[in-house]
Amino acid sequence: MRNLKTFIQDFGWPRIIIFFFLVALFVMAPFVRVRLDASVSDVLNRFGQNAIMVLAMVPMIQSGCGLNFGLALGLVAGLLGATLSLQLELHGMLGFLGAIVLAAPFSIILGWFYAKLLNKVKGEEMTIAMYVGFSFIMFMCIMWLVLPYNNPTMVWGYAGKGLRTTISVENYWLHILNNFLAIKIGQFFVFPTGLLLFVALFAFLMWLFLRSKTGTAMTAVGSNPDFARASGVDVDKMRTISVIISTFLGAVGIIVYEQSFGFIQLYTAPSPMVFPAVAAILIGGASINKASMANVLVGTILFQGLLTMTPSVINSLLQTDMSEVIRIIVSNGMILYALTRKVKVSK
Amino acid sequence: MSARKKLSTLFSRYAVVIIFVIITLAAIPPSGLSIKYILQEIITRLGRNSFLVLALLLPIYAGMGLNFGMTLGAMAGQVGLIFAVNYGIANWQGLVFAMLVGLPISVLLGWVCGLVMNMAKGREMVTGYILAFFINGIYQFFVMYMLGSVIPMGNKAIVLSRGYGIRNTLNLESVRQSLDNIVMLHVGGFSIPLVTFIIIALLCGFVVWFKKTKLGQDMRAVGQDMAVAEAAGIPVEKTRIVAIIISTVLACAGQIIFLQNMGNLATYNAHDQTGFFAVAAILVGGASVTHASIANVFVGVMLLHSMFVVSPLAGQKLFGSAMIGEYFRQFIGYGVIALSLVLYAWRTRKAAAEARLSLRGVQDDSAKGNGGTAVGNGGQA
Amino acid sequence: MANGSPLLSIEHVSKDFYGNVVLHDVSFDLREGEILGLVGENGAGKTTLMHILFGMPVITETGGFQGSIKIGGTEVHFLSPFDALDAGLGMVHQEFSLIPGFTTTENIVLNRESMRASFLNDVFGDRMSVLQRDKMRERAQRAIGKLGVELKPDMLVSEMPVGHKQFTEIAREIDRKQTRILILDEPTAVLTESEAEVLLQTLKRLASEGIAIIFISHRLQEVLAIADRIVVLRDGHAVKDTVNENIGMRDIASWMVGRSLGEGGQRSEARSFAENTFKVQHLWVDMPGETVRDVSFEVRKGEIFGIGGLAGQGKLGIPNGIMGLFPAGGEVVLDGKAVPLNAPAKALGMGMAFVSEDRRGVGLLLDESLEWNIAFTAIQVHGQYLKKVFGLFSQRDEKAMEELCQEYVKLLDIKCTGTKQKAKELSGGNQQKVCLAKAFAIKPRLMFVSEPTRGIDVGAKKLVLDTLHHYNRDFGTTIVMASSELEELRSICDRIAIVDEGKIAGILPPTADISEFGLLMSGATLEEAVNA
Repeated sequence: MRNLKTFIQDFGWPRIIIFFFLVALFVMAPFVRVRLDASVSDVLNRFGQNAIMVLAMVPMIQSGCGLNFGLALGLVAGLLGATLSLQLELHGMLGFLGAIVLAAPFSIILGWFYAKLLNKVKGEEMTIAMYVGFSFIMFMCIMWLVLPYNNPTMVWGYAGKGLRTTISVENYWLHILNNFLAIKIGQFFVFPTGLLLFVALFAFLMWLFLRSKTGTAMTAVGSNPDFARASGVDVDKMRTISVIISTFLGAVGIIVYEQSFGFIQLYTAPSPMVFPAVAAILIGGASINKASMANVLVGTILFQGLLTMTPSVINSLLQTDMSEVIRIIVSNGMILYALTRKVKVSK
Repeated sequence: MSARKKLSTLFSRYAVVIIFVIITLAAIPPSGLSIKYILQEIITRLGRNSFLVLALLLPIYAGMGLNFGMTLGAMAGQVGLIFAVNYGIANWQGLVFAMLVGLPISVLLGWVCGLVMNMAKGREMVTGYILAFFINGIYQFFVMYMLGSVIPMGNKAIVLSRGYGIRNTLNLESVRQSLDNIVMLHVGGFSIPLVTFIIIALLCGFVVWFKKTKLGQDMRAVGQDMAVAEAAGIPVEKTRIVAIIISTVLACAGQIIFLQNMGNLATYNAHDQTGFFAVAAILVGGASVTHASIANVFVGVMLLHSMFVVSPLAGQKLFGSAMIGEYFRQFIGYGVIALSLVLYAWRTRKAAAEARLSLRGVQDDSAKGNGGTAVGNGGQA
Repeated sequence: MANGSPLLSIEHVSKDFYGNVVLHDVSFDLREGEILGLVGENGAGKTTLMHILFGMPVITETGGFQGSIKIGGTEVHFLSPFDALDAGLGMVHQEFSLIPGFTTTENIVLNRESMRASFLNDVFGDRMSVLQRDKMRERAQRAIGKLGVELKPDMLVSEMPVGHKQFTEIAREIDRKQTRILILDEPTAVLTESEAEVLLQTLKRLASEGIAIIFISHRLQEVLAIADRIVVLRDGHAVKDTVNENIGMRDIASWMVGRSLGEGGQRSEARSFAENTFKVQHLWVDMPGETVRDVSFEVRKGEIFGIGGLAGQGKLGIPNGIMGLFPAGGEVVLDGKAVPLNAPAKALGMGMAFVSEDRRGVGLLLDESLEWNIAFTAIQVHGQYLKKVFGLFSQRDEKAMEELCQEYVKLLDIKCTGTKQKAKELSGGNQQKVCLAKAFAIKPRLMFVSEPTRGIDVGAKKLVLDTLHHYNRDFGTTIVMASSELEELRSICDRIAIVDEGKIAGILPPTADISEFGLLMSGATLEEAVNA
């Protein structure tokens, strides 16, 4: 009994409510003629689409930088990589991997500057990150208009310059991961093997990293920076590494998302993608200074499950689309819950 | 303090203002707008926005930073206006009615906001920001699903065709500029909404008076040092909640004034940018996270909005694209907030380092070179 | 000066925290206009006594106290510090309790401002009253006048010299009309000599106006200069309550520290050491509250070197500064090689280790396992307990970490459910052993230990000290140990340096007379101490 109580306390009521809500949605689905197999397939697909962006939260949380509200920097680096890959007419797997490789230097440089800034403003990271992210997105909006891209699939037809808001990757690397070794069962169910393998690869690499000397030091920095410093760890360096990794994962994350979604969305599109990633890892059980692979897995499935199931089930049930409202309340409520919760470090 | 140091402190304090003035001045000639047009726009926007920006003052005094949670008040004001339109109460009476409806809601929301911020001391800004999003969800739920179904709406013209929920855009024709037009002065070719400005002046008077009250004094004490205030017997948490409630109520009134001037209400996103514009304005006016004055409000509104007026056209002329100007002004707006926050955080840390130095009564600055900066940072993270 | 019946009586006050007795049957009186000097080592019970006097919540939360407190002959029961203030007690703290952006006036009348009701009072209550700044200023001036010092009523606290802050605090207590008893806790600690002199004059002046004062200070010459009576606390007992006549610093010092001489328990056998291994010259450290100004000393190979002194004098700053945790400067040499300051990794890399006094804040990763805690420094500094996977990635060697942890759990007898247990779940004593194990695990040549027995129970204290003793003897590790507990230093150290006001007042053998230590802690030089 006591175990259950402490478990609930540790896990938190909001997560339990979300979990049971999702279970209820799945149970109800057949009754309102929503196909379970299609739903599960959808959830898997969206899990793969979003998981790496959620994974990007892990290093910064672990190193004590808090929730990465500045993930937008990584996303923009990814957009740069993706558009450059199209500009260079790279197709297929080459195009996809090319996008990642091209995004890497941008994400590393941006991450480095971003980390420099965050190290100067310890304690205020989250608010500042948010606004740095926003203003960078706006800066890039201008850049998308003036950068000399000229691939006709990407630029506005009438002006001959300036990138479109939405660019299709259909002729380049659409579903390059989704279709890799995909298993189709029946009419509605597709298991996106390649996508999930790719996610698993990154999660495994992250797992390895967290167990390395540097990863261990990073975790200690987040857990107790004074302890880490007294043990000879360069706190600022660890934070910098974590921010760079997070930014790079953000870049990879959005490229993976694009290959599955089918479009590169530019301009202000990245800004609404940050909060869901933050919310997902919190729903998975992370706090603002501790996160694990399990949090990523559980959180992404729960959150994306919710996003997939509420429109279909609730709509059929109530004949109205409440999914947007539920998404807003759940994701922000979860972040709010994490922020107001007493930080668990016992001093 | 040496003269040079003074100058550099002065610059770092007003860096945001200075940068802004330069950019705006540089953008005026290419925009091709006449000074007269710009001035009229500034007068209009002063009337429209000042009240909202003034709502930010008290939480800053109380040490709670920039109140991004003011959006809660804006939503309350919108609910009030929806009801005013629904019952067909026109003119300034409609605005008063909207305020009467918005008042209890904004008090309640402000109280909730204060409670939540007391649970997240030291993280008030980001918490207020997220709280605004969260309450936005509830607002959407209320306006989209409750109104017209659970709460009957008499005026079918504002209800969505499906029978419940409010339309995306609400025409505020009945109350449009009803406050501004009570007395509209025409001086030298400029139109000045007198009553709006009187109300704003009254609010300024209230703020000045409020700072002289016991509560105002307590708020300043709490804002500077919660622990000392607590030890002196000042009810810290309660004082903070009161600051946020007042701010939320003012934001409610401010949003009503803003919307009556605009003349229509984007039901589901009119409040999205309220906090952003207000915060950007007060920062552009030279305020910081911990210091703000009434002058900052007006300087800020004038500077920010004159740039908003000129930048799209300047962008059009300079780059051949109005979108560039549009993006540019948003970039500047967000950038200003980011820069102010960075400067503030950076200054706080520097002050802490200096305080530590003074403990030792240090005299040999030269000997310090090797260690001064690198250390002491892990400490309070 | 002192006359009439006692204004404040403390009668048979005892207090324990969960069985740990900190005050034992303490009684003394305070009369109107009397200055009572209260002295005692750290941990003698001064702070607890003041907490009791002020009705601090921490006392009731831990089960209250025995005995009684009477003011003007009637027994009082304070539920909060505010009750105590109402009853006429005033307290001036060691740390300033002032609002930096407020003026002198605003701070003096803080939360007791003069007010005039406004029209909103009926609706929103008294807090809508308007302040009467002229009256506030008048009151402030009156209070300042009573002190007999120059203070500008409109100056901001943040721009004041330290001394003025102290006077502002006192003025605040004086402004309270009912204040009859003023308690000052180390009021001169942050003042310059001339400022301190003015303060002492002010206190005498206040006393002559009938205010009773309890003056807590470690500077014995100050106590001797102004106190009418002196009460000495030692280990929770009021060991001396005497009129300030014909007593000298040496007397007070020996009352303060002396367990009756000769009874002091075990001492290290006298040992001789060949060479110096470690040398510190003109060290300064910016550690808040433990500032080191100018410290030089040498440590011999294989020695246990003690650093003693009262809290706040800088003894803790020495190891923290050398290990790079706080900004420091000066020259530090280990075995002929200069130790770079402000670089913890380099200090550790040269074979030094540090057990911090801030066990929970710096010493431990509370939310991680014992394995992590013990192996972490070795992993980071020496790259130990790592293994290669796929010949590429170096990974934590969990098995080796577990073995290491088990070794120390056995060696130091750490009471835990297993090596995976989280550090925060252990008791204070066992946590301290984990900290020691962490330092041992990097096999240091020189080990700093800071307040190793702070906040742990008696049995564990002995174990920790024995561990250090044996480690020193078995491995020849040089140990530098900073501690507030003189007896503990004397029981295992070969030499003891006493730090006072950021400088070394003198270095004594553990067998030196107890009063010599006491004098060094009280601001005397070594010569004065020996010749006093």
